[in-house]
Amino acid sequence: MNLAEALIPLALLGAIIGLDVVSFPQAMWSRPLVGATLGGAIVGRPEAGLVAGVVLELLAFDTLPVGAARYPDWGTAGVVGGAMHAAHPSNPSGALTLAVLAALLTAWAGGWSMYALRRLNGVWAARRRADVDAGSAGVVIVLQLRGLGADLVRGAALTALALAVGTPVADAMLDGWSLSATATNGVLITIAGGTAAAAVWTLTHSTPRTRWYALSGTALGIAILVLR
Amino acid sequence: MTTVTARPATAALALPLRTRLAVFTRLLAVQGSWNYDCLIGNGIAFALEPALRLLPGGEQGEPYRAAMARQSRYFNAHPYLAAIAVGALARAELDGVAATHIDRFRTALPGPLGAVGDRLVWAGWLPASSMLALLAFGLGANPTAVLLVFLVVYNVGHLSLRTWGLWVGWTHGLKVASALAHPVLRQGPPYIARAVSMLAGVALPLVVARLLSPGREGLVQLMRGHAAGGAGGISIAAVDAVIPAAIVLATIVATILVRLHGRVAGWRVALGALAALATYSVVWRR
Repeated sequence: MNLAEALIPLALLGAIIGLDVVSFPQAMWSRPLVGATLGGAIVGRPEAGLVAGVVLELLAFDTLPVGAARYPDWGTAGVVGGAMHAAHPSNPSGALTLAVLAALLTAWAGGWSMYALRRLNGVWAARRRADVDAGSAGVVIVLQLRGLGADLVRGAALTALALAVGTPVADAMLDGWSLSATATNGVLITIAGGTAAAAVWTLTHSTPRTRWYALSGTALGIAILVLR
Repeated sequence: MTTVTARPATAALALPLRTRLAVFTRLLAVQGSWNYDCLIGNGIAFALEPALRLLPGGEQGEPYRAAMARQSRYFNAHPYLAAIAVGALARAELDGVAATHIDRFRTALPGPLGAVGDRLVWAGWLPASSMLALLAFGLGANPTAVLLVFLVVYNVGHLSLRTWGLWVGWTHGLKVASALAHPVLRQGPPYIARAVSMLAGVALPLVVARLLSPGREGLVQLMRGHAAGGAGGISIAAVDAVIPAAIVLATIVATILVRLHGRVAGWRVALGALAALATYSVVWRR
């Protein structure tokens, strides 16, 4: 299935996954690892989706979904990245990099769209403040369902827009891509791995002895690589 | 502000199973109308509403309306640990605790619930589950296995925490603050942090190696082609050096990002670097 044929299923997936980022149920199927693999599966290549998802997951360690902070929407970004990577069965040089780049731009735009939705929720709540203060359960429920519905629409629209704009641009860029796959993927994976390692350090370094755990883990990981 | 006469503790209601399930399901959407004015206040009222129907007079009664108005005001908490607050608030409302006490509780609880939840879940359980899934990927697992490892491990912790929170909140009522001293909440984060460090150490080299493997195989084929045409001479051993080089370079990138901590986000650096790489490859090098 090409991306044009898969646009509607992908937008629906983006809606469900985008909803999970904050609104419902935060079961973390909005992590890029999941969204990208499912996006790739819709296009027919879950393996390719998983590869994009792993790179995005490494990059996503850097940002945690903490409360009022504005953070990227990794959910819809995962769907976009996974689907775009899976849409190139010949795996041309640059395909993974451009899929990740499109996903990062989607994550950034998604962060802004979540901020806008929170502002919109505030406007809706302010308009019905008198009813809420009077104890109207109906209004409380309407506000909640409206917020959930708007988030669902946000995820679908963002996914569809990112794929509709990103796919032709990426295809045009792939035609002119001149670097080898090894050089391109080497740069991408080096940056992603470095970002994840830095994020893990930032998260854990205040706990005593974590560096020794990290070092012994690294030694074990390298030993597995060498021995297998 | 309405004050409801306190009902004797011995007459405390038991929440019917149907009500508990309704509250739990609604708790999953507690952030559904998150906004900068009342944060998850509306969501707390939304989750509590099925329990509040048990107040004297039911949905038409004044206690119900007063409780809905009170509970929809500003509130903030980690979304999973909001279950503790919802359980405690349901118990307090149904026990007829004075509104002033409930308001004081709602003011005091958000800070601890936010701090504990962020450390335990966002900085602990989530990275640990994610690293475990990445390790499975690095060891060669297929997409289904990787997703199952992540979603099952993460959600066992996630759903257990929400279920426990609702139960402990309902059991202790407004005295639930003592539950935040639970060993898992207090001592869990350091143990999880060490597990994350260890898992990251094992997983990241394996992940980098698996991600580079398709490129390496492609390069080997390409070089064999060159060799057949007389332009070869590069050994497969040299190609194998790509993986250790990538691991060393990733370590250098990580060191730079740690030094820059707080000034720039890694994903933004990645965005800029990849945009520059794409521009170089498509425009300048043609």
